[in-house]
Parts: sequence; structure tokens; C-alpha cells
Amino acid sequence: MAEEPILFLQSVSKRFGAVEALTDVDFEVRPGEVMALVGDNGAGKSTLIKGIAGIYPFDGGQMFWEGKPVKIHGPRDVAPLGIEIVYQDLALADNLDVVANMFLGRERISSFRRLNEAEMEKECSETLKSLSVTTVRSVRQAVAELSGGQRQAIAVAKAVMWNSKVVILDEPTAALGVAQTRQVLDLVRRLADRGLGVVIISHNLHDVFEVADRITVLRLGRRVAVLKSSETNQQEVVHAITAGKLDTVPGMVVQ
Amino acid sequence: MATTDAATAAPKKRSLLRADAAQKLLAFSALILIFIFFSLASPFFRTPDNISSILVATAVNGVLALGVTFVIITAGIDLSVGTVMTLSAVMTGVAVTNQGLPVPVGIVVGLLTGTTAGLLSGLMIARMKIPPFIATLGMMMIARGLSLVISGVKPIYFNDTPGFRDIMMGSVVGAVIPGFSVPNAVFILFGASLVAAFILGKTVLGRYAVAIGSNEEATRLSGVNVANWKTAIYALGGAFSGLAGVMIASRLNSAQPALGIGYELEAIAAVVIGGTSLSGGEGTILGTLIGALIISTLTNGLRILSVPQEWQMVITGVIVVLAVYLDIIRRRGR
Repeated sequence: MAEEPILFLQSVSKRFGAVEALTDVDFEVRPGEVMALVGDNGAGKSTLIKGIAGIYPFDGGQMFWEGKPVKIHGPRDVAPLGIEIVYQDLALADNLDVVANMFLGRERISSFRRLNEAEMEKECSETLKSLSVTTVRSVRQAVAELSGGQRQAIAVAKAVMWNSKVVILDEPTAALGVAQTRQVLDLVRRLADRGLGVVIISHNLHDVFEVADRITVLRLGRRVAVLKSSETNQQEVVHAITAGKLDTVPGMVVQ
Repeated sequence: MATTDAATAAPKKRSLLRADAAQKLLAFSALILIFIFFSLASPFFRTPDNISSILVATAVNGVLALGVTFVIITAGIDLSVGTVMTLSAVMTGVAVTNQGLPVPVGIVVGLLTGTTAGLLSGLMIARMKIPPFIATLGMMMIARGLSLVISGVKPIYFNDTPGFRDIMMGSVVGAVIPGFSVPNAVFILFGASLVAAFILGKTVLGRYAVAIGSNEEATRLSGVNVANWKTAIYALGGAFSGLAGVMIASRLNSAQPALGIGYELEAIAAVVIGGTSLSGGEGTILGTLIGALIISTLTNGLRILSVPQEWQMVITGVIVVLAVYLDIIRRRGR
């Protein structure tokens, strides 16, 4: 993986009043890799993601997109770059069917301002097929009828449908059973194989080792390690999360 | 939380959705039963004249209910539709009778009055973040007050424009096909329903109404400008109130400024009886039409049976409570 990062954050920081949520954090993801973001509660994972998403813009530091500095002012600036975020529990409207959810906010319109259902259905089916999401029986089902794994798959498919280059997944397997977790992780892997940069936040280190190429560890608002998952193990990651003994962790990738 | 696995979760949710269709079927069956009951109870009930008067009564309440359907699908509420209807009627009266403007201009004035009121409610709700119940309660009183002020607390009659009453009570069809004199009111309701069904089912506005009612945060995160669309949906509801205002003015051949209170509850009742959920995210135009028919058939039948008006209110109230209770049973456990 010699490629340049597609998304690179250089010493970003964020304060909430007296609380320093992020301090000089570097973070990167390259095309075609799955980067896991781990850390204990309050380590700054969500703040980092919300900074990228433009919900809480960073106070300091610089964000680079495809090598160029960019400034994010709000959530609307993010999607046009090619960054999509799949939020835990917030991704879908239950009463709408799969097609309507996939196109929510970006509907195709035909003559007389009608929704172009046929075209949307076709594109939706094609996207799901290309991602090998085959467990959904009909794209005209309301998502309320789908299982947790299917819903997560739809949420992910929705994010990649728009030629996005980086997809950020917030705890995508948190509410899922074993088989469904397997399906979602397979899907995450396929996204990276297509050349997307994937960022996955997870508390489940087993899942992280299943799917991630590299692991960024945050502790108390600082980045304490970036590890290659092939060169480390769960024990070391746990150690980094809890004690943050940066120097003693083998397999540390020095930038 | 979707922590249950696929095997147990999926069939349970499917049965809930079947219950949704069941409520519409239930409402339709109830309508048939009510009709049969009153037909047996009074020979007068089934006469063409009476059925025509039921349909004309349904037309006004039905058009109000169409607008309310959109608002309730967003998980909102509009308590102002009745008095906004009256204000629209008064404004049409001012334009046509007091100002001597042509009837079509008066109709446009009525429609614009309703739309403006809805727009203002929508801005209060979407921009100022005032809860819909309070914002539209305020609009209800504002519209009522304005109706009384503008009209000088006196009815405005349309005596100078003899054709005005025919908008509702005439029969274009009867002129073409003799003996089939269905009042225009029925066709106005039918046309308005088609427009509403088109907007709800085939356009982005309908899609976003369902999305907002289903999951407002997800809709916002999908890049939809929720505040603007909400405002548009309340404005659309107001436009239907404006149409209802023109209709009731035509039906009564006058704008009655004291009218309007209570119409909003009948409209909301029609929507809820028709299976639209007060928690938002689902509802149909057909259901609302059935609901509106149930209310006006019931009111008409009870009057024919000489049930005192007080008891009519009690019965209508019980039916509304039952309909909402069914809605609650339906989504319990979701």
C-alpha cells in the first residue's frame, strides 16, 4: 500500500469549553484500505468523525482531500467531496421502502415533477447486486420489515451509491448477531476491494481484526498508535487503548 | 433497538404492516355497516337527495382532511384548518361582494389566504421551532379573530353573484346527462383527492413528508432541507383549507365568520379513522376519504334519527378515541 492518503487530517484539535476533546490528532485513510478507529469511550472517536462530517468543525489543524487542503464549514460540504458517513441507528426511514431510502434526498425526477420510480428501482437493484447484497428479497419492501443486518447493508449501499471515495461507518455491527455481522464485514471488505477508503469505528476488536488493514488508536483525545493489523494482536491494541504506551507497542507504523 | 435477529424480528414487523391494511379495510367495513344500519333505520336516509347532501357535507370536511393528512404524515398537527377555512371564505367574500371583483379572482384570493396561513404556521414550526400543536393553536385563534374583524362579525352574502353558489351546488354533470344531477361538490372533492394522491405518492414533497414523519434526523442527514419542506407541507395543507373555504362559502352562499371551530377536529378525526398514524410516517388519501365519509354519514344519519346534537358529539368523540386506540394497538411493540 504505497498509495497516498485520500483523506488526511493534520494535527486537528477540538475543544468543547474547557474540555479538550481532540489534541493534535493526525489521521489518514488510503484508497482501498479499511482503517479502523478504536478507543475507549470518550477517546474522541465520535468527535473526530463529526469533525470530518462538518457537524462540529475542527478548531485547529488542516484537512487534506486528495492531497489538497480543504475546509469543511458544514455537513453539506462533505458529500460533494465524496465522503459519506453511515451513522449508527440514524441512517434509514423505516416507513420508506429500500429504493426510497437509497435515493432519499437525491431522487430522480421525470416529467411533470414525478418521481422516476422505474429508474431509481433499476439503479438500486444494480447497486445492491454489484455489492453482492443478495439477502434483500424485494427492493420494494419497507425497511421496517428488514433485519438489522439487511438494514445496515442498505445503509452502507446508500452511502456508496453516489460514487463516494471514502465511507465512514459508525459502529456498523453494534446491534447485529453473528451471521449478520459476518455479512456486513464482508460488505465492508468489498468496498475496500473496489478502491474506496473505508473508516470503521468499532468497539469489537474481533470485528476490527477481521476486516481492517490498519488500526488507529485514540486515547483521551490523542492518537496513541497506528498499527497494521497483520503485525499486531488484540492484546497490544487493548494495551494501546487503555495504557497508551506508544513506545513499547511493536508493529507501530511510523509515518 | 434492532437487537433481535432476523428470524424473530422480520415476521413480527410484517404482521404489523398487515394490520395497517387491516385498519383501512376495517374503516371501509365500518362505513358499509353504518350505511346499512341507517338505511334500515330510516327510509329517508337512502333517498338521492339525502345521499347528495351527505356527499356535499363530505366534500368540505374531506378537502380539509386532505391537507391535514400531509401534516399528520410528517408527525405534525394542524389545529388551524377550520378557522383558516373561515378566514379564506371571508376573504373571498370581501373580494367578490365588497370589492366587486370577478368570482375567479375571489377564488384565488381564498386559496392564497389559506396558503399564506399555512405558510406562516410552517415557518413558526420549521424555523422558530415552535411545537406544531402550539403554533397552529395560535394560528387557529389568529384566523378566527381576523375573520371576525374583517367581516365586522356579520356574514358576507354572495347575492350579487348568482353563479357563485353553483360552484358547489350546481351540477355540470346533470346538465350533460339529464337525471344524473350529482352536485359539483362531489367532483371537486374527487379532483382534490386525485391531486393530493398524486402529490403524496408521486412527488418529492410526498416522499419527504413520509420520510420526515418516519425519521426526521435520517432525512436531514440524507441532505434533505427538512425546514423548507416542512414549511411547504404546512403551506400545502393551508391551500386545501383555502379551497375548503371557497367551497363552504359557495355551499352556504355566504361567508359565515363565526363558523370554523370544530372543523379541525372533524378533519383530524377523518384522517385518523382512515388509518393515518398520529406518530407520522404513514397514511393514505383513500383512507382519509373513507374517514371523512364515515364522519359525515354518521352525522347525517344521527340527525335523521333525531338523535340530539349533544349525543351526536358524544358518539363522534367515542369513535375518534376508538380509532386512535386502534392506531396505538397497531404500533405497540414496534
